[in-house]
Amino acid sequence: MIWLTWRQFRSQAAVVFGVLAAIAVVLAVTGPHLVHLYDACKVTHSCNQGSFTHTDNRLQIGLQTLLVVAPALIGIFWGAPLIAREFETGTFRLGWTQSVTRRRWLAVKLGVVGLVSVAVAGLLSLMVTWWSSPIDTANADRFGNAMFGLRDITPMGYAAFAFALGVTTGVLMRRTLPAMASTLVVFVAARLAESVWVRPYLMPPLRHAMAVTGANGIGFSLTPTGLQVIANPPNIPNGWAISSDIVNNAGQAPSAAFFKSACPSIANGIPGPGGGAASLRVKAPGGQPPQAFQDCVAKVAAKYHEVVTYQPASRFWAFQGIETAIFVVLALLLAGLCFWWVRHRLA
Amino acid sequence: MSAVIDAAGLGKRYGRKWALTECTLEIPSGHVVGLVGPNGAGKSTLLNLAVGLLSPTAGTINVLGEEPASSPEQLGRVGFVAQDTPTFSALSVADHLRLGAHLNPTWDHTVAEARIDQLGLDPNQKAGKLSGGQQAQLALTLAVAKRPQLLILDEPVASLDPLARREFLQILMETVAEDAVSVVLSSHLVADLERVCDYLIVLVASRVQLAGPVEELLAQHHRLIGERRDPATLPSNQEVIESSHTERQSTILIRTTDPILDPAWTVEEVGLEDLVLAYMGQAASLARQARPTLGLLT
Amino acid sequence: MIEFHLDTHSGVAPYLQIVQQVRRALKLGLLHEGDQLPTVKEVVARIAINPNTVLKAYRELEHDELVAARPGIGTFVTRTLSDQSLSAHGPLRQELGRWLAKAQRAGLDDESIEALFRDTFRSARERDIA
Repeated sequence: MIWLTWRQFRSQAAVVFGVLAAIAVVLAVTGPHLVHLYDACKVTHSCNQGSFTHTDNRLQIGLQTLLVVAPALIGIFWGAPLIAREFETGTFRLGWTQSVTRRRWLAVKLGVVGLVSVAVAGLLSLMVTWWSSPIDTANADRFGNAMFGLRDITPMGYAAFAFALGVTTGVLMRRTLPAMASTLVVFVAARLAESVWVRPYLMPPLRHAMAVTGANGIGFSLTPTGLQVIANPPNIPNGWAISSDIVNNAGQAPSAAFFKSACPSIANGIPGPGGGAASLRVKAPGGQPPQAFQDCVAKVAAKYHEVVTYQPASRFWAFQGIETAIFVVLALLLAGLCFWWVRHRLA
Repeated sequence: MSAVIDAAGLGKRYGRKWALTECTLEIPSGHVVGLVGPNGAGKSTLLNLAVGLLSPTAGTINVLGEEPASSPEQLGRVGFVAQDTPTFSALSVADHLRLGAHLNPTWDHTVAEARIDQLGLDPNQKAGKLSGGQQAQLALTLAVAKRPQLLILDEPVASLDPLARREFLQILMETVAEDAVSVVLSSHLVADLERVCDYLIVLVASRVQLAGPVEELLAQHHRLIGERRDPATLPSNQEVIESSHTERQSTILIRTTDPILDPAWTVEEVGLEDLVLAYMGQAASLARQARPTLGLLT
Repeated sequence: MIEFHLDTHSGVAPYLQIVQQVRRALKLGLLHEGDQLPTVKEVVARIAINPNTVLKAYRELEHDELVAARPGIGTFVTRTLSDQSLSAHGPLRQELGRWLAKAQRAGLDDESIEALFRDTFRSARERDIA
């Protein structure tokens, strides 16, 4: 059964490993240059994204994109057709009447292609993490939502999950194209949902109170109910600033009434181009903010402080481990569902 | 002789429709069994149940004494060729043989290679590029080379041209002569089965209408031709299968194990095709009667 | 070696057709003593019929002591029929010719002659069996 699975899979695997090899060559050639750039800017303590943008921007963007889509592609092109194709072409009737049980047939297919999928994702992640390390060190943003799923071991978890999801939709729908479409939709939804609603709470987040100043990225938003204040969380090197709230000692946010009395000129709205009040969001610009804005911020700072909800940098690897484990467990559960369905419902 | 297929009250339902109902069969070994019936009668359902691709909704079925697909060994004793003979179109003929060798411990590679040689197939040809007849022969080779005790073939020649059809049956009969393997093959054409089958099962409207050795069935059925007569007046040991009447003449197809003594009848033998058609007609008319009729609202 | 063919529309049972073809060949001197009949495998590979049919035919021929099966080697002709009846062919052929002329003179066409012959033949056989 291993022979058959590999024989059916080998040309797809060859293409992908060929691509990986090509990427490896490109990264090996361009990697040392990045290190060189980093050494140069480190001396002047001026390293940031801009130090690297000029030379390898397109490659960076390409690799980022590749890491974003790789698990989904695995799920769609390796997972969904694995079983669905056999039903569409009727070849399962050939496979299930050789001297192998359905269980073994499915187990070997899942095992061989699943392991290769995880290996491909792992290799890709490994190569890109190595290559990007000067840039990532300079940016110090590996815990944030933009980067967390594109480095180290999390892509392997996503690949396992996407693959298992693809196989499951294939088993349930028995048609390749609908399975591919559903896999894409469900995978994207799951990834997004997890990163927004689950990941922040994998370990109880920490909270840090600090004073409100104009430099903290304060903004005001005029809603139908009145003025509201919004704070952008500060930058925590290699940590994850999840959110920021402006609250008083009792934990309450400034009310619309407060703004009406403290910042009347802003609370009543600055007329927009066509007349009538408009919702305005005034971020602290590089230059001097208007006086009314600064006065309002001072009034807020007097009674309120900022609470940042965050995960510290020290928890990065714990989070990588937990997140990967979650998706691997989901993958195993889906695989279990496939086994049950193939044995008991497809008869 | 032990039974190769033993079904008791076997039934399979999809939603509200029964594809197969109350099927009770005991197919003896050492025969080439023909399963005949119109499309949609349940032949594929029965054969798929026999190889474990489907599981019963009602009743039981045992193949070679065990539940179908119950173990790799049981699977190795039954060779199956599905309808439309599926093959892996991207894999070559030689790859298919390797597939058979890897997946079947009882695989006999000399038999497989000899068969491919005999057929003149190019081992490196992709299965998708083979003609219909060649694909069917490849599928048969895969089923036969694992030296099974029972071969089950689901409409193997339905989509083949007459020459390919004849070649398929020739190779199949050669295999039976050589290996003493029992065969069950289905078709909706009696002509295909007449040459090769010595046991017949007629399946119409998801029920078994007739089952038995061909010789016995032909000996027990007679066509009576004579003066017009009500079939109900025939003696009780003569089972009326079909009757048709003109003004003056009656033609009645009966089944009986006793000799026919009434000299008023001209007694003729019945050919296999006519016999099957008679049973198919009888079942169809019964099915029509059972259906609810449209009532006219007045 | 003799080659068999099957006429599915003749109304004669397949195994009987094989028996008849062997007997005919023996009568006409196409098969001699010691000749080997094709193996069951060879027969079914050519005309795609059930092997049991061939086995049954060979068994009946063996019962009539026309052939003998040598296990592992094949089935061989043990005696011919030609010497018995070939000599009688001549006079019988003449008599038949005279009868045919009589029938034609009586006004029977080809079809009626055939039907009359077949009918009489069948009744005679049935009388023999009964």
